[in-house]
Amino acid sequence: MDRKPSLLESALVHTVLLLAVGFAVYPILWVISLAFSESGLSASSGALPIPHDPSLANFRAVTGVREGGDGGTLFLIQLGNSLVVSLATAFVAVLIATPAAYALARFEFVGKKAGMSTLLATQMFPTVASAVPLYLLLETLHLLDSRAGLVLVYATTSVPFAIFQLRGSFETIPVELEEAAMVDGATRAQAFLRVVLPAARPAIAVTALFAFMSAWNEFILAATLLSRETAFTLPVLLQRFVGEHDAAWGPFAAGAILVSVPVMALFYLAQKQLVGGLTAGGVKG
Amino acid sequence: MAVRLFFAWLVAVVSLVAGVASLGGCAGTGRPRVVLWHAYRGKEEEALRQVLAAFQKEQGVDVEALAIPFDAYAAKLEAAVPHAHGPDVFIDAHERLGSYLQNTLVAPVGDAVPPADVATYDPAALAAATVGGQLYGVPLAQKSLALFVNDKLVPQAPTSFEALARRGDLPKGSYPVAFESEGAFSHAPLLHAFGGRMLDDAGHFAATGPEAEASLAFLLGLRRAGAVPEEPSGALVSELFATGKLSAVVSGPWFLADAKKAPSYRVYPLPRLRETGDARLRAFLTVELALLAPEGAKNPHARALARHLGGLASARLRATVGKQVVATTAAWDDPVVKADRDLAAFHEAATESVPMPTSVSMRAAWVPLDQAIKKTLRGDASPHDALEEARARFNDAMKPPPPSPSPTPLLVALSAVLVGLALLAVKNAREPGFPSRLRASLPAYRYVAHAAVVVFVLVVLPLVAGALTSFFAGTRNAPQYVGLTNYVMVLTARGGPLLGSGSFWLTLLVTVLWTVVNVTFHLGIGLGLGVLLSRPLLRLKALYRVLLILPWAVPSYVTALAWKGMFHRQYGAINALLHVLGAEPISWFSRFSTAFSANVATNVWLGFPFMMVVTVGALTAVPKDVLEAAEVDGATRWQRFRLVVMPLVAPALLPSVVLGSVWTFNMFNVVFLVSGGEPDGQTDILVSEAYRWAFTRNAQYGYAAAYAVLIFGLLLLGSKAMQRLGRGAEQGAR
Repeated sequence: MDRKPSLLESALVHTVLLLAVGFAVYPILWVISLAFSESGLSASSGALPIPHDPSLANFRAVTGVREGGDGGTLFLIQLGNSLVVSLATAFVAVLIATPAAYALARFEFVGKKAGMSTLLATQMFPTVASAVPLYLLLETLHLLDSRAGLVLVYATTSVPFAIFQLRGSFETIPVELEEAAMVDGATRAQAFLRVVLPAARPAIAVTALFAFMSAWNEFILAATLLSRETAFTLPVLLQRFVGEHDAAWGPFAAGAILVSVPVMALFYLAQKQLVGGLTAGGVKG
Repeated sequence: MAVRLFFAWLVAVVSLVAGVASLGGCAGTGRPRVVLWHAYRGKEEEALRQVLAAFQKEQGVDVEALAIPFDAYAAKLEAAVPHAHGPDVFIDAHERLGSYLQNTLVAPVGDAVPPADVATYDPAALAAATVGGQLYGVPLAQKSLALFVNDKLVPQAPTSFEALARRGDLPKGSYPVAFESEGAFSHAPLLHAFGGRMLDDAGHFAATGPEAEASLAFLLGLRRAGAVPEEPSGALVSELFATGKLSAVVSGPWFLADAKKAPSYRVYPLPRLRETGDARLRAFLTVELALLAPEGAKNPHARALARHLGGLASARLRATVGKQVVATTAAWDDPVVKADRDLAAFHEAATESVPMPTSVSMRAAWVPLDQAIKKTLRGDASPHDALEEARARFNDAMKPPPPSPSPTPLLVALSAVLVGLALLAVKNAREPGFPSRLRASLPAYRYVAHAAVVVFVLVVLPLVAGALTSFFAGTRNAPQYVGLTNYVMVLTARGGPLLGSGSFWLTLLVTVLWTVVNVTFHLGIGLGLGVLLSRPLLRLKALYRVLLILPWAVPSYVTALAWKGMFHRQYGAINALLHVLGAEPISWFSRFSTAFSANVATNVWLGFPFMMVVTVGALTAVPKDVLEAAEVDGATRWQRFRLVVMPLVAPALLPSVVLGSVWTFNMFNVVFLVSGGEPDGQTDILVSEAYRWAFTRNAQYGYAAAYAVLIFGLLLLGSKAMQRLGRGAEQGAR
């Protein structure tokens, strides 16, 4: 359908995007420069983020890998914890939120409005206030110091958000799709599983990504609820580089970069999924 | 079918959770076990590991050591110890004893320091660990500030602080001396040298009067003479010292690793001040203790561990491996320890310092004094006015809770609300057609039931419990019912002017401005980039998308601090950029407008990718044939966007805008890490103000909870209004 854009228009679009990329990337370059510089922040190098003594020392410090190549097991265990906890969070959040969001988008029922308000309200209460009650609750459920407990806590903070996000997307999916399926003899549940869910795949991918990321970066609850080093997630390890009087910014930055690599990889995959959702609709751009 | 579907979900959730739970098995060995918590890292952690290995071997007791980030340490102790999930032994600084005692997190040492051991410890360290005649904790190490000197630039021990601080013919950008930060902790040596102090014996704020004022005036003189760098931070100071641009630094043992990056350095005790008749600069002394939690104090193995930590063999290890200034006197006879020049200097510095008070009121004194120092250095107030203001702030924070009113009126009101709700529900249920509507709702309930249960138990209940604390004052251990007093105090600005600095109403205005500005930028940039990225024939689309998502992918803690560094007055990249453009450098955090802009820039940077991703997601759902039809009908691009695309993506965007506003309203991290409320708390938003009441102003959790409830109420009203507006706009567009 689209005609080829003019050269001028293309140039304009790319200029805007490049400016935005500059804005987005510049501070990250500082973090990268900090991570690769052994002697700390290159504060005096002015506007250019270039490490003046490039080295991998900070990466070694954060992973615990010694120069011979041994060590680093704890880092790998905690990386594994982070992956398991965040993937499980994303999975549980989507699992719980999808049917609820579908019902909120498609059904009229008693208590719907109250439920929606409550959901929104849960996002408004500063979380600082609920850390101790959460601790007591997990203690009663015997889920303290377990990754399952952490997953539950994370999932529930992301469930309200996931419900919102998915409900919005379900509303953009034409009702006619399901109605057609149900006319063809499918039950409501079958229509939901076979017709609506595939159409909502991009939105589900984005929602899962949000849930994954919120769990991936959280550290206060992880540090408070878990009591074994082998159960900690990576952000807890990173946060240890910030002390009372000083902070080891080099290793912290190196760790931050290591921590963001999987997220970027995941986004890249989710992006494929986004484009995939588009092509699955049969209208290639 | 739907019922079966629901059960399938439930089974999946349960099995997943169970699966994750089983990953965390931990086998016991049958030997007695002691749990130790600490916040050590690097060499100190290595030394501790060796000490613990020796203990396990000697006594046949397993020790489970857990290193916890400092930021989460106190919160974790407070949550875990009262429920016996905490450590048996934990290592912490003596000045937190007061607050730990208030919350019954520590018990007396008992036979961890038997009478025979008393003489083996440094008397000053023992005194610091003693509260009300009772000894709490085994003294491990002493920490205080000392003077790091680049001995290429200053070959001999300085005769006085003034001799050290002379600028001489130093080139621009170099400084003779720096305090590690511009705060109360690093100002204490000057304060003490002038004869002032932070708290008096009764625990009242005492950094006022001629002595304290003279110390501030002296610091201001140093700044005006260009003897100390502006906006010093740990990273900046170590960079300047390592590159020879700083001749001397007043800092603690944590600076040793940084100092080693300089070609050569020496450590001296803090010098004397000629202006005060050669009184010595005396820093605060912190004594690190091995403390026993109440559970641990009952456990002989835990007491044995605490004793072992302070013993001679351990002290030697901690001194030689961990470079600690140990409090076990005999360790200093060890030849290796003796030969360590830096350690000896810190040891001497410790003997010349003032033990930090253990009183809980200390926690409420730091921030007011910090603010007074910064205000004076900015030239916004005289030392006298700034310090008097600090005292007023301290007194305000320490105001005792009012006498407990009778809880009856509130209980009556709460039950009235509950009864009202119940009546309303009954009335609705009595309405004709309700049973059939309820029956019609049943299929929907199959889809929402599990989410409702989970959200109620794990989100709503903890929030309600948190909200209820707003009716209490005092500590978590001995809460005192105060009715609505917290709310009344918040809403009346604690009796001050309603729009006075730091008042609820002024902070609310700032918060609203903050939210509106941020969300506008988020939406504008996010929508614009989202639309550009959805252009079908765009080259390098994947690359752009991944690069533009970066701000969101890297943990915000470290990027927020990178932004703070970029806004540094002398060394920040933004001012360097301004310089290239020929503009004057800006002191970003000294005025509200610039500090607020710095916060906004950071938060816009952090937040636009979210809106962009949501836009891209929403745009994929716009059917192409609709657009085609519009184009065939001759709609211009703008018309197509406004009349076709926007109405289609708005339903998906609206919830994100509402949620984005809510998150921005409560965006604690950026405000706390970038401006830190500077100048003078003016850029604080409601949630960071609540945080300050909970953690820096005498731990008033109830008062902070009242803030949280008010924030909640405001957001509820605000989002209702926004949704109504959104719905109106949607209908208008149709």
